[in-house]
Amino acid sequence: MIPGSFSYHRPASVADAVKLLSDLGEDARPLAGGHSLVPMMKLRLASPAHLVDLHGITGLKGISRNGNNLVIGAMTTQHDLLASEDVAKSVPILHEAALLIADPQVRYRGTIGGNVANGDPGNDMPALMMTLGASYRLEGASGARDVAAADFYQGAYFTALEPGEILTSVSVPVPAAGHGYAYEKLKRKVGDYATAAAAVVLTMSGGKVATCAIGLTNVHETPLLAADAATAVVGTSLDPATLKKAAAAAEAIMAPAADARGPVEYRKHVGGIMVTRALQRAAANAK
Amino acid sequence: MNDLTPTREQRTAALEGMGCKRKRVEDIRFTQGKGNYVDDVKLPGMLHGDFVRSPHPHARVKKIDDTEALKVPGVLAVITAETLKTVNLAWMPTLAGDVQMVLADGKVLFQNQEVAFVVATDRYAADDGINKVVVEYEPLPPLVDPFKSMDANAPVLREDLAGKTTGAHGPRKHHNHIFEWTVGDKDLTDAAFRKAEVSIKEMISYHRTHPSPLETCQCVCSFDKIKGELTIYGTFQAPHVIRTVVSLIAKLPEQKIHVIAPDIGGGFGNKVGAYPGYICAAVASIVTGKPVKWVEDRIENLTATSFARDYHMTTEIAATKDGKVTGLRVHVLADHGAFDACADPSKWPAGFFNIVTGSYDFPTAHLAVDGVYTNKAPGGVAYRCSFRVTEAAYCIERAMDILAQKLNMDPAELRLKNFIKPEQFPYHSALGWEYDSGDYHTAMRKMMETTGYAALRKEQAEKRAAFARGETREIMGLGVSFFTEIVGAGPSKNCDILGIAMFDSCEIRMHPTGAGIARMGTKSQGQGHETTWAQIIATEIGIPADNIMVEEGNTDTAPYGLGTYGSRSTPVAGAAIAMAARKIKAKAQMIAAYKLEVHEDDLEFDIDGFRVKGLPEKFMSMKDICWAAYNSVPPGMEPGLEAVSYYDPPNMTYPFGAYLCVMDIDVDTGVYKVRRFYALDDCGTRINPMIIEGQVHGGLTEAFAIAMGQEIRYDDTGNVVTGSFMDFFMPTAVETPHWETDFTVTPSPHHPIGAKGVGESPNVGGVPAFSNAVNDAFSFLGSKHIQMPHDYWRNWKAAKALGAIA
Repeated sequence: MIPGSFSYHRPASVADAVKLLSDLGEDARPLAGGHSLVPMMKLRLASPAHLVDLHGITGLKGISRNGNNLVIGAMTTQHDLLASEDVAKSVPILHEAALLIADPQVRYRGTIGGNVANGDPGNDMPALMMTLGASYRLEGASGARDVAAADFYQGAYFTALEPGEILTSVSVPVPAAGHGYAYEKLKRKVGDYATAAAAVVLTMSGGKVATCAIGLTNVHETPLLAADAATAVVGTSLDPATLKKAAAAAEAIMAPAADARGPVEYRKHVGGIMVTRALQRAAANAK
Repeated sequence: MNDLTPTREQRTAALEGMGCKRKRVEDIRFTQGKGNYVDDVKLPGMLHGDFVRSPHPHARVKKIDDTEALKVPGVLAVITAETLKTVNLAWMPTLAGDVQMVLADGKVLFQNQEVAFVVATDRYAADDGINKVVVEYEPLPPLVDPFKSMDANAPVLREDLAGKTTGAHGPRKHHNHIFEWTVGDKDLTDAAFRKAEVSIKEMISYHRTHPSPLETCQCVCSFDKIKGELTIYGTFQAPHVIRTVVSLIAKLPEQKIHVIAPDIGGGFGNKVGAYPGYICAAVASIVTGKPVKWVEDRIENLTATSFARDYHMTTEIAATKDGKVTGLRVHVLADHGAFDACADPSKWPAGFFNIVTGSYDFPTAHLAVDGVYTNKAPGGVAYRCSFRVTEAAYCIERAMDILAQKLNMDPAELRLKNFIKPEQFPYHSALGWEYDSGDYHTAMRKMMETTGYAALRKEQAEKRAAFARGETREIMGLGVSFFTEIVGAGPSKNCDILGIAMFDSCEIRMHPTGAGIARMGTKSQGQGHETTWAQIIATEIGIPADNIMVEEGNTDTAPYGLGTYGSRSTPVAGAAIAMAARKIKAKAQMIAAYKLEVHEDDLEFDIDGFRVKGLPEKFMSMKDICWAAYNSVPPGMEPGLEAVSYYDPPNMTYPFGAYLCVMDIDVDTGVYKVRRFYALDDCGTRINPMIIEGQVHGGLTEAFAIAMGQEIRYDDTGNVVTGSFMDFFMPTAVETPHWETDFTVTPSPHHPIGAKGVGESPNVGGVPAFSNAVNDAFSFLGSKHIQMPHDYWRNWKAAKALGAIA
């Protein structure tokens, strides 16, 4: 549990950080909250020669509005997110999900950017960002580009980030007023990754589901959008048969690994239950 | 007497003696971050050692190449078995009569076994060096399943035992067999089963888990070449035993070994035995002439030092139709891992598992335990329990529930029907113990009344009906557990460790100003000895507990003791304290008689001093007697006021308790909720009720963890897959249920203050309560026995197997 030696860099601007990453090449890793990278280094599963700490870049922290979008700086911590009244009011599912991430100590340090950029299928925020239709701003030596969260994840720890690029902010379209939402996460204990989790954002009209998006956490090597399940519920009043159909459609795209949280069959089964419960709760709190 | 004269109640309260909820004095430093733990020990020039460990569960070690490692800046030495052989320390004796490799000698027998010890100027350099040691392995087939260990074609694990048909505990039946231990009357028991109207048989497994104290095992060894003295700072639950063991195996004179156990961050049995890290750090210090520190990390702690349990207990009860038990037959397959390193009293290869008759009046019983080797880490320690007592309690408490189910009787009623009756004490059990005291019926009935047991059963029946009607997906379980522990090892007639009788000791020195110091052979790891030991002295001699300092853990100053584990401190050392205090009191009485100019028979002890009978105003306080002891003792008496006692207990003590767990389980997800947990403990005389409550809370939390998910698990190829707190279930405050505590008091008749010990009762009684609750919840669906641990997915699996999930 002792990391190998490394050099430490603390750039003051995104431009400096990008230049450092570009100059140092593959031996360098950007450091945000460190909750994924540092444990890997302690186990010597990662041995970067250079750490580029992003904490010195003031512009990467903070939550602001850009039209109908909420823009969250990459170095904004989960705690900052929880403290934001705007987030709680306009995108309450983020508030709800952030509370389910580990414990207060982790949330004081863990960042949104790190959570979504690392490509860890166990992280909660990626599936939420896909559900909300968010996009990520990536900045590198050749400039900046925006990638939809839904297009970002390619495999476990594999993302659309090119070498030398940094994820600098997340842009979240604010859902319609009166939308319903829920993040249902089954976990063994505080601090654990989800055995399975489902995010639902929907709108209701005349007692029926008008629009719906469903995201799934930790039931595949990437976070998933359960599009068929969402389609299945639109236009329904979430009757038992529909819920069953939606759960089955969601389960059909799940491919979790067997681990100490349970065998594959169990994790898929409870994944379906999380979808059902999230749909029911979201419909109940929609206005 | 005027208004300012303290009342008797005020004088008693001022002592903060036995029965007082005295706040823990050690917490002043612990809560301010001022404890002094082994990792706080920093000596000039100190080096750091760390292990190269085996990735293979079973392999031949072909070659160890340290060339590149020695080139790493700061790396000074790489110690291997070959190095250790030059000082005859490649292997070390275990407490169970086996031998254990210190470093891999020719082969490795479990994953993460110690292979080489890298010594460097700092911890980072040591780990850099570890990564440069090249070890060539030839993998061998691993033996993981204990039930296959004695197959004819099972791989040979212990080549060092080739041809040895007899082990430390008798004949060996197979190359992977360690011992067979039998107790009881086989013929009589077999006859009882032949005649039985009803019988049950079930294989009840208690899975492998780990004590996992917050502070891992660690030491600093410092060898002074000039004086030829070795000082060892370590996380030792039994410092004196470590000193003797080191002297015997390292051939160092015992007076030249100084063992110091500073503050310890939890032990739970993990810190009783001797580990390769201690030997390697000592040898490294001798080789380099510098102090060497070894600190285990969490992965090493969970995977290499001392697991607990791993008992597979085939259990049979014979009974009459109306529920009177007539016989008990148990066979245990005990998985000991690669070496038998159980920390039991030497003559007890399965500890005190023969307490397995529990709280019930079995006319006859028979027990056989087979210990076997597998490719897993060694250990088998008493994780917050007396030796193998929690396994025994789980075994009988599950079996009684299974019998109740078969007889269609309420499990509480079945227990009440079979309890040893109060008038039967002292009670001789069929497996050889003499239970000192108990009143089981009163405790059980108090539990049932306080919890509203009958109403809970009624609610359960209603919920089951609702479940059957499809109105709910939640099932409810009531887990009844009634345990009898056997603690306080132990009487020299049946308990020793490597030939040293398991007494314990106390030395009290009173100072002239009415203060004093008590030095002990025990060693607190969080139990609060500095608080409670002073309370015993306060009540015994009438000096405020605040004026008594308690010191433990330094073998140069403390009297020889066997240490703290197996709930032995209060039963054994607690008695030594009372006996030493009574010697002080006896001398104090002579001094008081001299000063008050009366015969000592004319004096009576009165709270905090001696009073002349019939003359209340003629009184001498203990404080004044302390002063007099240093200036005006009776002619012919030696000055001073001190005493030492080495206490060899006449018997064990037998704490007991009645627990109830109320649990709700969602069958669709397997998610459980502990709605209520009630724990009634009878530990005899209660020294500090607040500390007892804390002990019960802690033990129940560990029991909850073990029953509901905590395990050390190996995959089929021998990889240990629970090497961190991500997967090894360590509940936080969020997961931990609320605890309700209660008590009855049945003092031990043979203990000087009637105390029995409590620290481990909640783990012993808690595990069956949780497991019985889960099993009880599922029983109406046709389930007979579901193995622990009862984590979410296994509950779901049980529900599915019972057809409760479409």
